[in-house]
Amino acid sequence: MTDFLLELRSEEIPARMQPKAREDLARLFAGELAKAGLTAAETVTYATPRRLALILRGLPDATQAVSEEVKGPKASAPPQALEGFLRKTGLTRDQLVERDGVLFAVNERPGRATPEVLAEAIPAVIRAFPWPKSMRWGAASASTESLRWVRPLQGIVALFGEAVVPVEVAGIASGAATVGHRFHHPDAVTIRSAADYVEALRDAHVIVDQNERAAIIATGAAMATAKAGLTLVRDEGLLAENAGLTEWPVPLLGRFDPDYLSVPPEVIQLTARVNQKYFVCRDADGKLANAFVCTANIDADDGGAKIVEGNRKVLAARLADARFFYDTDLKVPLEEQATKLDRIVFHEKLGTVADKVERVAKLARWLVEEGIILPGTGRGTSAAGGGGAPQALLPADAPLHHQPAAGGPPPRAGEDNVALLADQAERAARLAKADLVTGMVGEFPELQGLMGGYYAAAQGEDAAVANAIRDHYKPVGQGDDVPTDPVTVAVSLADKLDTIGAFFAIGERPTGSKDPFALRRAALGVLSLTQTNGLRLSLIDPLVQVSTAALIGFMTRGAQSSVASAARSIVSMREAGAKVDGATREIIDAIRPMVQEVTKGASSQIAENLILTLDFFADRLKVQQREAGVRHDLIDAVFALGGEDDLVRLLARVHALQAFVATDDGANLLAGYKRAANILKKEGMTADVTPVKAGVSDEGAGQEPREAPASAGATYDREPAEAALVAALDAAEPAAADAVAREDFAGAMAALATLRAPIDAFFDAVTVNDADPAKRAARLALLARVRDAVHGVADFSRIEG
Amino acid sequence: MSDPSAPRPLSFQAMILRLHQYWSEHGCAILQPYDMEMGAGTFHPATTLRALGPDAWNAAYVQPCRRPTDGRYGENPNRLQHYYQYQVILKPSPPNLQELYLGSLAAIGVDMRVHDIRFVEDDWESPTLGAWGLGWEVWCDGMEVTQFTYFQQMGGFDMKPVAGELTYGLERLAMYIQNVDNVYDLAFNDAGVSYGDVFLENERQMSTWNFEVADTDRLFDAFRKAAAECENCLEAKLPIAAYEQAIKASHTFNLLQARGVISVAERQAYIGRVRDLAKAACAAHMEKNGWAA
Repeated sequence: MTDFLLELRSEEIPARMQPKAREDLARLFAGELAKAGLTAAETVTYATPRRLALILRGLPDATQAVSEEVKGPKASAPPQALEGFLRKTGLTRDQLVERDGVLFAVNERPGRATPEVLAEAIPAVIRAFPWPKSMRWGAASASTESLRWVRPLQGIVALFGEAVVPVEVAGIASGAATVGHRFHHPDAVTIRSAADYVEALRDAHVIVDQNERAAIIATGAAMATAKAGLTLVRDEGLLAENAGLTEWPVPLLGRFDPDYLSVPPEVIQLTARVNQKYFVCRDADGKLANAFVCTANIDADDGGAKIVEGNRKVLAARLADARFFYDTDLKVPLEEQATKLDRIVFHEKLGTVADKVERVAKLARWLVEEGIILPGTGRGTSAAGGGGAPQALLPADAPLHHQPAAGGPPPRAGEDNVALLADQAERAARLAKADLVTGMVGEFPELQGLMGGYYAAAQGEDAAVANAIRDHYKPVGQGDDVPTDPVTVAVSLADKLDTIGAFFAIGERPTGSKDPFALRRAALGVLSLTQTNGLRLSLIDPLVQVSTAALIGFMTRGAQSSVASAARSIVSMREAGAKVDGATREIIDAIRPMVQEVTKGASSQIAENLILTLDFFADRLKVQQREAGVRHDLIDAVFALGGEDDLVRLLARVHALQAFVATDDGANLLAGYKRAANILKKEGMTADVTPVKAGVSDEGAGQEPREAPASAGATYDREPAEAALVAALDAAEPAAADAVAREDFAGAMAALATLRAPIDAFFDAVTVNDADPAKRAARLALLARVRDAVHGVADFSRIEG
Repeated sequence: MSDPSAPRPLSFQAMILRLHQYWSEHGCAILQPYDMEMGAGTFHPATTLRALGPDAWNAAYVQPCRRPTDGRYGENPNRLQHYYQYQVILKPSPPNLQELYLGSLAAIGVDMRVHDIRFVEDDWESPTLGAWGLGWEVWCDGMEVTQFTYFQQMGGFDMKPVAGELTYGLERLAMYIQNVDNVYDLAFNDAGVSYGDVFLENERQMSTWNFEVADTDRLFDAFRKAAAECENCLEAKLPIAAYEQAIKASHTFNLLQARGVISVAERQAYIGRVRDLAKAACAAHMEKNGWAA
C-alpha cells in the first residue's frame, strides 16, 4: 500500500471556486481509478489560492490481474462459426481453451503498476476539470484547442510513494518540486512524499489545509478584538473567503475614524465585507465599533503596521463615499426621489417603476379601505392604534413577531383609524421604491428598502410609514420575518400581488426551473402574509385590478399607444364634463370601435390569466402545505370546488377535512360517497360541478334552498333505510351549509358525519337498481343528493384512498 | 512618511518614468497616449486592435482616461473625471507575467515584505468592446492598484494567442507610495508641483461642463455623426479610422450619460450601438490582415 500526492499549482484560484474544485478533484480521480479497479483507503484534498492538492492514501501498488472468458462455438461447430469467433477475438485456434466440448477465448489481463494508471488519470482529470470559468494563456493559446484551466497552470507535483509519476500536460512536466509562499519563500520546495507535503509547505510559509487557515483567522481575529475590548461579528462566508485568499493568513485589527459611525451600521458592514472582505466588531454595548479586522497574507517585517494603515485608508475612502451618498440622499426628500422612478424601467412590457408604484399605491389603499387589512391587523385585539405605535427604527429592535389575531373577527376599527391607515399605506407605497434612485442603493442594491426606511425616518415620516418602506420587501424567503405591522402588511402584500398579477397579465409565468422574476417567492410571500396575519382576502379582486391596470398600461404604451391615449383623453374629458364639439365627436366615433376592441381583448386575456394565476397560487399553496405535512389531495379536493380564492378560508377547510378523513366517520363517509359516486358515474350522472356558494362569508344566511327532488315527496312507499337517509339529508344539508357559511368547517364535517350511518344502512338494505323505473330514478336522485351534499364541503372524489 | 531615513518616495512623474524604464527593459515598445478621449487605456488601438491576430506585441504607455460621471468638482479626494492609467500589453502572455508585474511594483518602491499584495478574482468585461478576460484586481494593503487580465476575447473574436494586460491606476498607486490621502496633494514632480496644481481647476471646470453645460443636442448629433462616419470608414475598408469613430461614439455616450439624458431603457441600446461599431471595426481589421478565417 502506497500514498499518492498530486499538487496542481496555478496562478491565484478565485476563493469562491476552491471548495467545489476540491470536491471535483476527488470525484474525478476516484472515477478514473475505479475504471482500473483501484480504490484509495482515504482521500484528502486541499486548496489554497495557488494550489489544488489531492492525497490518496493506501493505494495498492498494482491493479489486480483479470482473467476474462468469452464463450465461443462448440468444438463440433462448422468451420465458419469458428472463423467468425477467431476474427472477433483476434486469436488463433490453438489459443482457445476447450471445455466440455465448448471453445472459450481466455483473455488474461495482467495487473498494471498503479503509477502507470495514475499517469493516465492525471491528464484525463486535468482536461475534464469542470471549472465554472476557465481560460487559455501563453504562446500555446495561438490554438483555441490549448489547455483550459481556471488561471495559468504552472506546476504539477505527482508522487507515488517517493517516486515521481511522470506526466506532461500542456508542456508542464510533473516533478517533486513546488514553490513556497509567494513572498516569504519564493524558492523551490522539494516534496519527498505525500506524508511530507503539509509540513514541507508549512516550513515554506504555506498552510495548505483550508480549515486550518480558517481556524487561524477565526482565532486570531477573535483574540485581536477581545484585546481591544470588542467582539467580532462572526461571518462564516467571509471566513472561508479570507482563507481562500491567503496561504499564510495574519488577521490584523485596525480602527477607522469614529465620525463614520454616523453612517447606518448596515452600510458600514456591507462596505467592509463586500468591498474589502473585512470583519466588523461590536463594542461592549453591542453597537458597531469603529474597528475592522483585515486578513493579510504575510507576516510583515513591521508587524503589520503599514498594512493596517493602508487598509484603514482604503476603508476610510469607501466610508467617505458612503457618507457622501448618505448625506446627499438625506437632503433629497423621498417624495422628490420618487418622481425619478419614471426613468427606471421595471419591465419592458410593464413600464417604469413609477407605473408599478402607482398600481401598488392604489392597491395598498384598497386593501385597507375594503377592510382586508385593519388597524388591528397582526397586533392581536389590543392595539387598534391607527396604524402602529411608533417604533424604534433600528431593524434589530423592530418587534416583528406579533401574534396574529387569535380567531374571531378583528376588532371593529373606527372609521378615522381606517382612513389614517389607508393614507399611511398609500403614502408608504408611494415612497417605498424611492430609494432605488438614491446614491446609496445605486452603490449597494442589497440595501433597498433599508435605506428608504432610514431616509423616511430622518425626513420625519411617521414611524409606521418608515417601517413599511424598510420592510415591504419582506418576507424575502422562507424563514424570513413576516411583517405584521398593518401599514407594512398593506404595502408588502400590494407589492407582491402587483408583481404576480402584472407579470401574469403579460404572459410572463414561471416555467419549470425558470422563474426570472421570482414570482414563486412573491406568491409564497403573499401566502405567509395572509396566513400570519389571518387576512381575509379574496385574491380575485386585487388580481383583476392589477392585471387590468398592467395590461391596459402595456397596450397604451404599445402599438396602439397613440390611438389608445387619444381615446383615453377624450373619454376622460367627457367624464370630466368637457363640452364635446362636433369634430371631437367624430374622432370619438372613429375611435370607439378600436377602444372596444382593445378593451375586449384585454378583458378576455385578463380572465384567462386570472385562472392561470389562481392555479399558480394553488400550486404554491400545495407546495407550502405539503412541506407543513398537509395532504395535497385534500387541497385538491377543496380547490376543485372552484370559486374559492380566499386562502385563509381555503386552508381552514383543508385542515378540517384533514382532521375529518382521519376519523372513522370520515373514512366511512368517504367510502359511502365513493360507492354512490361510482353508481352515478355508471348511470352517466356526472356531478354538475356545483359553483359552491358555501363560505360566502358576508351573506351569513348563505345557501339558497336546494332543489331537492328526492325529498319532494315520493310517488311510492320508501323503504325505511331510504326514508332514514332522506331524513338525514334533510337535516344535514342545511346544517352543513349553515356551518360552511359560518366558516365552521369542523361543524360542516360533523353535519356530514351524521350521514354516514344512514348511507351505510341504505346500501345494506335498499336496491338502487330496482325494476320499477320510478323507484330507480328516485334512488339515483337520492344518491346524487348525497354526493351534492358532500360536495358542498369538498370534492371527495379528489381524495385518495 | 515618518521615517526620516527612508528614501524619498517617487513623485508622480518619476513613477511613470520608472515604469517606462522597467517595461522598456522588458522589451516593450513605449508608446505615447492616444490623442483621443477614451474611458480606459484598453481603448487605445495599441491594445484593442493589436490584441487581435497572431503577431507578438509588447507595448506600454500612459493613457489619460475620461469618465465624466466620476467627476466630483475637485471636491472628492479619490474621484476624478480625468485620470491616468498605465497600460502594459504583452502578447502572447509570458509564463512569468505575475513575476514581471511584481518586479514593476518593486521598481517603483513597493516593499513586499511590509505590504500585503494579493490577487483577488476580478473578471474583466467591456460590453462596449465586445471583450472579456479572466484575471484579478491586484490589492496592495486592501487597495486595488492594478487590473490584471488575460484577454480571452476582443471585438467578439477569440484571442489567438491570448494577451496579458496590466492596467495600473497611477494616481492610486502614487497616493499609496507617497502616503497621501488626497489625490490633489500628490507630488507631481520633485520641484514643488502638486497634482492639484496641475489638475484641480481642470476637474472643477470639466465636472461643471460634463454635468451641467455640455449641449446635449449637439452631443446626440455628435453620436449620430460618429456612428455614421464609422460606417463610412468601414465601407472604405479603413478599420483604424472606423475604430477611432467608435471611440468617439463611446466617449460621446459617456458624456450623454453624465448629462443624465439617457434613460435606463435607452442605455442598453446605446451600449449595443457602440459595441456594434467597435466589433465591426475589429472585424474589418481582422479581415484586412487576413486573419478573419
